[in-house]
Amino acid sequence: MQTSGWLQLTLFVVALAAITKPMGLYLMQVLDANGKTWFDPILRPLERFTYRLMGVKMDKEHDGKQYTLAMLLFSLVGCVFTYAILRLQHLLPLNPQGLGPLSEHLAFNTAVSFATNTNWQSYVGETTMSYLSQMVALAFHNFASAAAGIAIAAALVRGISRQSGKTLGNFWVDLVRTTYYLLLPICVVFAVVLVSQGMIQNFKAYTTAKLTETYSIQVQKTDDKGQPVTTNVVVMVQSPKLDGKGQPVMTNGVAVMMEAPQLDAKGQPVMTNIAVMVDQTVDTQTIVQGPMASQVAIKMLGTNGGGYANANAAHPFENPTPLSNFLQMLSIFAIGSGLTYYLGRMVKNQNHGWAVWSAMMVLFLAGTLVCWWAEAKGNPIHQQLGVAVADGNMEGKEVRFGIFNSALFATVTTDASCGAVNSMHDSFTPIGGLVPLFNIQLGEIVIGGVGAGLYGMLVFVVLAVFIAGLMVGRTPEYLGKKIQAYEVKMAMLSLLVLCLSILGFSAWAAVSDWGTAGLNNQGPHGLGEMLYAFTSATGNNGSAFAGLTANTPWYNTTLGFAMLIGRFLMIVPIMALAGSLVQKKISPPSIGTFPVSGGTFVVLLIGTVLLVGALNFLPVLALGPIVEHFLNLQVPGKLF
Amino acid sequence: MTQKSPSLFDWNIVGPAIGDSFTKLNPRLMIKNPVMFVTMVGAALTTVGIFTGAASERGFILQLAIWLWFTVLFANFAEAVAEGRGKAQANALRKARKDTMARRLKNGREEKVPANELQKGDTVVCEANDVIPADGDVIEGIASVDEAAITGESAPVIRESGGDRSAVTGGTRVLSDRIVIRVTMDKGHGFLDRMISLVEGATRQKTPNEIALTILLAALTLIFLLVCITLKPFGIYSAAVFSVPALIALLVCLIPTTIGGLLSAIGIAGMDRVLQRNVLAMSGRAVEAAGDVDVLLLDKTGTITLGNRMATAFLPAPNVKPERLADAAQLASLADETPEGRSIVVLAKEKFQLRAREVAQPNAKFVPFTAQTRMSGVDFPARDGQPARAIRKGAAEAIRLYVDQLGGQFPQAMTQGVDEISRSGGTPLVVAEGREVLGVVHLKDVVKGGIKERFAHLRKMGIRTVMITGDNPLTAAAIAAEAGVDDFMAQATPEQKLQRIREEQAAGHLVAMTGDGTNDAPALAQADVGVAMNTGTQAAREAGNMVDLDSNPTKLIDIVEIGKQMLITRGSLTTFSIANDVAKYFAIIPAMLMATFPAIAPLNIMSLHSPMSAILSAVIFNALIIIALIPLALRGVKYTPIGALATLQRNLLVYGLGGVIIPFIGIKVIDVIITALNLV
Repeated sequence: MQTSGWLQLTLFVVALAAITKPMGLYLMQVLDANGKTWFDPILRPLERFTYRLMGVKMDKEHDGKQYTLAMLLFSLVGCVFTYAILRLQHLLPLNPQGLGPLSEHLAFNTAVSFATNTNWQSYVGETTMSYLSQMVALAFHNFASAAAGIAIAAALVRGISRQSGKTLGNFWVDLVRTTYYLLLPICVVFAVVLVSQGMIQNFKAYTTAKLTETYSIQVQKTDDKGQPVTTNVVVMVQSPKLDGKGQPVMTNGVAVMMEAPQLDAKGQPVMTNIAVMVDQTVDTQTIVQGPMASQVAIKMLGTNGGGYANANAAHPFENPTPLSNFLQMLSIFAIGSGLTYYLGRMVKNQNHGWAVWSAMMVLFLAGTLVCWWAEAKGNPIHQQLGVAVADGNMEGKEVRFGIFNSALFATVTTDASCGAVNSMHDSFTPIGGLVPLFNIQLGEIVIGGVGAGLYGMLVFVVLAVFIAGLMVGRTPEYLGKKIQAYEVKMAMLSLLVLCLSILGFSAWAAVSDWGTAGLNNQGPHGLGEMLYAFTSATGNNGSAFAGLTANTPWYNTTLGFAMLIGRFLMIVPIMALAGSLVQKKISPPSIGTFPVSGGTFVVLLIGTVLLVGALNFLPVLALGPIVEHFLNLQVPGKLF
Repeated sequence: MTQKSPSLFDWNIVGPAIGDSFTKLNPRLMIKNPVMFVTMVGAALTTVGIFTGAASERGFILQLAIWLWFTVLFANFAEAVAEGRGKAQANALRKARKDTMARRLKNGREEKVPANELQKGDTVVCEANDVIPADGDVIEGIASVDEAAITGESAPVIRESGGDRSAVTGGTRVLSDRIVIRVTMDKGHGFLDRMISLVEGATRQKTPNEIALTILLAALTLIFLLVCITLKPFGIYSAAVFSVPALIALLVCLIPTTIGGLLSAIGIAGMDRVLQRNVLAMSGRAVEAAGDVDVLLLDKTGTITLGNRMATAFLPAPNVKPERLADAAQLASLADETPEGRSIVVLAKEKFQLRAREVAQPNAKFVPFTAQTRMSGVDFPARDGQPARAIRKGAAEAIRLYVDQLGGQFPQAMTQGVDEISRSGGTPLVVAEGREVLGVVHLKDVVKGGIKERFAHLRKMGIRTVMITGDNPLTAAAIAAEAGVDDFMAQATPEQKLQRIREEQAAGHLVAMTGDGTNDAPALAQADVGVAMNTGTQAAREAGNMVDLDSNPTKLIDIVEIGKQMLITRGSLTTFSIANDVAKYFAIIPAMLMATFPAIAPLNIMSLHSPMSAILSAVIFNALIIIALIPLALRGVKYTPIGALATLQRNLLVYGLGGVIIPFIGIKVIDVIITALNLV
């Protein structure tokens, strides 16, 4: 854990704190139908035109039910639209590579994935998606799903701040304004900055480059007809070495093992067919091209995370410099952080906004430090063998970013529901990999996905206020609004849904052939891979513990449903909560009022998140990363 | 009913409660409490496991089953003890509800009928030593009534027709005189009947916060159920065998059994504490609402002030000796039986040693107060060489008119004096003899001792007090300042009272008020917490949601505290219960994984002896903590008005942090004990 890491971490937190207020103030304007921004002269006519086109009356507000229905309808249409493009991409323009259509289940998974702001990618972008698919089918959702999330958060905040109201705003207006005034302008600027760092932005076909240094890989030998050539060999097994008397040879009390042919019942060696491998020289490389910077800007800012290239932010084009790395991380948190300020402004209690922000920051720092510590400490087995002790765990990490920036990126991307990665989470140490997994299981409420982070955190705020609010001797009140049976029911329902989807699907996969067939690793690490996949899908994160082969009909379908549940079955109870809160009277604060700012509240909120939200996952985590950690530590250590 | 609360573990209550703990195992009753229902199902499944499980584990499973059943029984016991205290009181009340004969008036004739045949609207006669047969209003006569049966107070109270003291309660006894009562309640719906059913908890309904909390606990139970059920397939994948009893043990430890088991006991005990303060709350909802109250409307008279204006000073006119003024004022007041009149007599005696004379002077003629003259006084005819005297006292305007008519002058100095007294909130009473103005008596509302401190106490609790009075704004302001109320409402009519309550409510406040008169009824009904005085009218008692049997308006403060205590106790035990889970995870999870993954041993941070002892210790702790917390649930967590933040910090520290730490210690201690006893 080097000084440079500490300095960067400090810089990151300071920069984030600095942009929170301006972003919050700007959000106040964007999320107010009559708000004023610098872009009004250009965008106002476009906004008006869009409403006319859609037939939206901008001054007509929705109640909770109408707002939710509008959101669901919008997402459904978007989903079908994307599905259609992906299935028909071979017939559509902007496909210089001539890529074919996606399979039904992959198209379903991908459409759902982008509509739910998850951006789980069961495909390899470079070899699957045409430019049109990337720019229209996928990038459209990068904007729209982000805007929809922010709209829901705004509706909930209005529900909290309005006194005895009925309506929560107009979904279409929120959607359009967020896209036009917030996401588009920032993305244009951000994309230009990224291009300045060396990120590509073009419509060229992929380039084939000659390698200056050729290398060889092993491939399966094929015969003239293209069939794999196999050979028959003896199966070898480990068995104890025996001395002349037939007794096992012992060294320090441990039996010495040796390779020996496996024998069948008749004492004959067991034979098996294996593929014959041959060396093949690689002297060219296909280099990806395309409109990358525009995609990456919204992928980060909108916490979408779906990479243009399969390597995501680890790809040199998709994350060229340390500065681009820093800015990408900052942009993941930018809007979510600003929304806490927006909350404080709207409820006229800025300290509350900062208290929520502080609770998020404490959880963020805790996660970052644990992950960084675990990765910097390295692999205990390497240490037992006396190799690579000083470097920490560099497996699966870009040398350009090193341990700290990989750990920070992993924490940021899973705190928010982004899912972009600049290193392989699968290759982290068990504890290092536990952090991203745990972050998503918390519900991605540490800054969180744009909008989704705030509304997820507010569910915990409501629960914290309810449980602890009783302790001050009043019917619990959140900012003057009574928290009663209905609110508790809806808040708990959203938690229950999260838990049900993650644990239910993972448990199903763990005992199914389709589930275990996709595993690259066995034992606790394999469990971690399945758990991570369903956690990431349910949490709408989209990052992957890369070991899992998920592009199968079963995984594509189950993960698709996990994403739908994690997004919409969360939003429905939360909007019901908003619809109920908005109708309530606001009791004026007094000395007996429950305080929702200050250190005590921050501690309380963190405690609630950990005790009510996270402890539920402890048993399964114990079977996965935790036991893996202890198995790594034992001597001799065990890897999976 | 007794003022003294029975000790927490009175054998008369505990005995039957043990029996009730078993009868409450009826699944139809248990299902109302989802947490304990799941525990009971778990206990039943574990019991089956004794016979189906491996022989080597039978002893362990048997012990597990026993402790799981104890967990359920302990929770039932807590509820039964809380109910038992009420039942004892209900039995005492039942004794008062003897079936009596009533003397019904029909067409002017009296007839004897059994009390239970009386109907609403009947009129009955009661004389000395008769037990009043039913609830009603006195429509004729005045009597002293012994209400000890319901209030526990042996001093008789006066009940009379008209006015605000007309309500009588069935089961109480007339001590003197004769009254005619109109029955206002059918048999079985009377005050005493309602009281019995309330005390017994027969009609107990969950309060809003209790419902919300039950939902939270049920949802947590569902989540943990999911956690434990999915653990089985995860175990299969990991080649770790999780036995059903172990999973049940984990489940029961994780679900919030502590608060789930004590929740209803807390509510019942809260109602019981209200009753011990001699307040009859019509529902738990009302008591809970009292904890939320942040505006308190109080009638000035009888609550803030002693209720009557008292003479506090004599202010003689220029050239008049104070003694003369005092003497005249006393003479004028001798026949005045109002408290003001009596206070003048007393003050004259205190200041100038003027003894109250025997006023039966022949020919002395008292002039009573009338609304027309707005004066009272006394006339002495000329006698024994003394000239005739005519002394008058009254409002300044009335005396000015009187003196003017007689050709006298109202002195300028007196006008000033009158104004000064008015400005200070007092009532000036001018005394004149003939056409000469003698001076002014300063009548003042006397604020009750200690009331200021009580209002300060309320302010600390976050409650604003509003004084309601019919006085003019000047007088009201002066008294408000002296009593230390936050706000006042002068010249208030019943309509304005109602309006004020609606306004406060519209601004988001919860309003409590006390009242006794019939014209208070609408306001009592509108208020979130309406406390009617037992001495009040039947209409007032019907409109409010609480009746104070002691008729002490400041009792509201006690009720508010109990309401808050109930909520604090629930919140604290919920926090404690949830915080407990941390230690239980650390006890049970390593124990369950140990067989398959010995490497996980370092996670057993409590160094519990063996997997079985670890699981059993956690389950035993989980059961015993319920018993240990019963006294707290019945007594309630103490409430001190130190502000919400300080209260929160204290309770978070005690029940949150304490809830994390205590089970670590408790489980370790139990593990040491059961290991020493060779139980596992």
